[in-house]
Amino acid sequence: MILKGKVWLFGDNVDTDVVLPGKYLVLTDPNELAEHALEGLVADFSSKIAIGDIIVAGKNFGCGSSREHAPLALKYAGVGAVVARSFSRIFYRNAINIGLPAVVSPRARDVLKEGEIVAVDLENGRIERKNGEAVEAERYPQFLLDILKDGGLLQNLKKRVEKEKIK
Amino acid sequence: MHVQKKATIVELVGLSSYSLYRKFLNLTTQICEGRRFLMAMTISEKILARASGRDRVEPGEYVVGKIDLAMIHDLTGPLTLNVLKEVGYDRPWDTDRVVIILDHQVPANSTVTAALHKQLREYAKKYGLKNYHDVGRQGVCHQILAESYVKPGMLVVGADSHTCSLGALGAFATGIGSTEMASVFITGELWFRVPETIKFEITGKMEKGVSAKDLILKIIGTVGVDGARYCAAEFTGNGIANMSMDGRLTICNMAIEMGGKTGIMNPDRRTLDYTGVKAASVASDSDAEYMKVIGVDLEELEPQVAIPHSVDNVKLVSEAGEITADQVFIGSCTNGRLEDLEAAARILKGRKVSPGTRLVVIPASKKVYIEAEARGYIKIFMDADGVVCNPNCGPCLGGHMGILADGENCVSTSNRNFIGRMGSTSSKVYLVSPETAAATAIEGKLADPRKYFGGR
Repeated sequence: MILKGKVWLFGDNVDTDVVLPGKYLVLTDPNELAEHALEGLVADFSSKIAIGDIIVAGKNFGCGSSREHAPLALKYAGVGAVVARSFSRIFYRNAINIGLPAVVSPRARDVLKEGEIVAVDLENGRIERKNGEAVEAERYPQFLLDILKDGGLLQNLKKRVEKEKIK
Repeated sequence: MHVQKKATIVELVGLSSYSLYRKFLNLTTQICEGRRFLMAMTISEKILARASGRDRVEPGEYVVGKIDLAMIHDLTGPLTLNVLKEVGYDRPWDTDRVVIILDHQVPANSTVTAALHKQLREYAKKYGLKNYHDVGRQGVCHQILAESYVKPGMLVVGADSHTCSLGALGAFATGIGSTEMASVFITGELWFRVPETIKFEITGKMEKGVSAKDLILKIIGTVGVDGARYCAAEFTGNGIANMSMDGRLTICNMAIEMGGKTGIMNPDRRTLDYTGVKAASVASDSDAEYMKVIGVDLEELEPQVAIPHSVDNVKLVSEAGEITADQVFIGSCTNGRLEDLEAAARILKGRKVSPGTRLVVIPASKKVYIEAEARGYIKIFMDADGVVCNPNCGPCLGGHMGILADGENCVSTSNRNFIGRMGSTSSKVYLVSPETAAATAIEGKLADPRKYFGGR
């Protein structure tokens, strides 16, 4: 899986309340959630980003709540992947489970520039820049890569239910 | 101005010596080939080993654990049910191990919320779930889990980040997302990466007017909002042994605010009495290994406040400067228990809330509410001109009962002070203990509660 998009830079400790404020948690339609993505930090983020754009942030991205609404809002707003120095663990799991790649890269936030086009190569754990340079990223264990390839845990579960004929 | 005399938190064992020790142990294990080599384990490792059917586990390993208890509530639960619907299979693996609690916006405050409640209600009815808590039979989910469900040694998952609170009862309890919860509902299992454990050794005695919330804020202020990221935070020492279960729940509740996978405590006599079990089967071995050991001395602890917009932006109340309070909130899964209400009532008894300030008090459960009423606390709050609401999460996450307008300040006993957490993105939330909240309500600005106990 290679994800190509324009870089949006963010800082450390981007929390779930700025990714998707609590007052919208009563919404369950991902497209409605998307309209409020990152509302706490960037006004009208969802209308400003292009499909496939890549968020590149500092440490502890997604800290706070277990709300899956947060990665859902980002995904449906069009975010192709979130690259961060580190993630909070619940956000990391949630993102992968809903099919939004969360990629750990210790150096990306320091090296990449706002607005540049990059290609995130999940299998090989690298982020390629237009100038041919590559920034290293952590590779996923196979079972997580499989979930992402299926488009999320839901599709993965569907397959499993079918295969094991849980009835 | 009072200045703290010495550092109260000391890192006792560092990360580098820990990895060296692990390397040495791996080597030793290889040398002892042919003979089962049983290394000491922490309580978290023991619970994950038991749940995954192994003799032992080590930090960094991936295991699949059988879940003892799974909880959803009115904001995360509907997403779980939607996923189950999409998968085409929605029967829970074990109807006795599923708990559904309405707690975030109760009673329903809009047609949208009402629909979410209805969805959960119908699901509970469809499968005859006896562990379903509807309006009037509920409270904040973690408090209900503590009062009625969780026992030492259990592996608990909840679709809420503050599920880590239940570690105070000697369980391994952690928050997960809605889709993952759907997977648990179908399979009864979940994968875990066995976490490293950071041990916090709490010693000494707190002065009057200082409480568990001040301790956990002090710890988060010291280690940072990612200071325990992916780790189990184990709290131990005579400072914990002498602490009530209410206080212990406050401590473990906020482990997530330093990134912890769980907060956890070894069960003791108090835990057994609280959970109604005869004997606890699980505790950390005395020679278990930790990634870090951090010592905290309670003697020096003073009232703390977490300044917006980060939970680790912690200062002494006495040094925080003048902070006016448009609203004071006493409640939430962090500080809505009986002991918290008692502490606030002691200070508020016979006094009035400052005219420019609104006081919102929300007991964390029906049980807490009834007991607080019987002891006269509810009357004290109302006589003081506070408002007391029915058990639910209230304004903590900006959903209900006390949402903030532009530019307003709330001094709150809840757990997060992120931008827009309690309403307007230009409002501010200051996190404090119930004692400090009560003193603040009286004075209309952030206040040190110790003077109400004859102290400073």
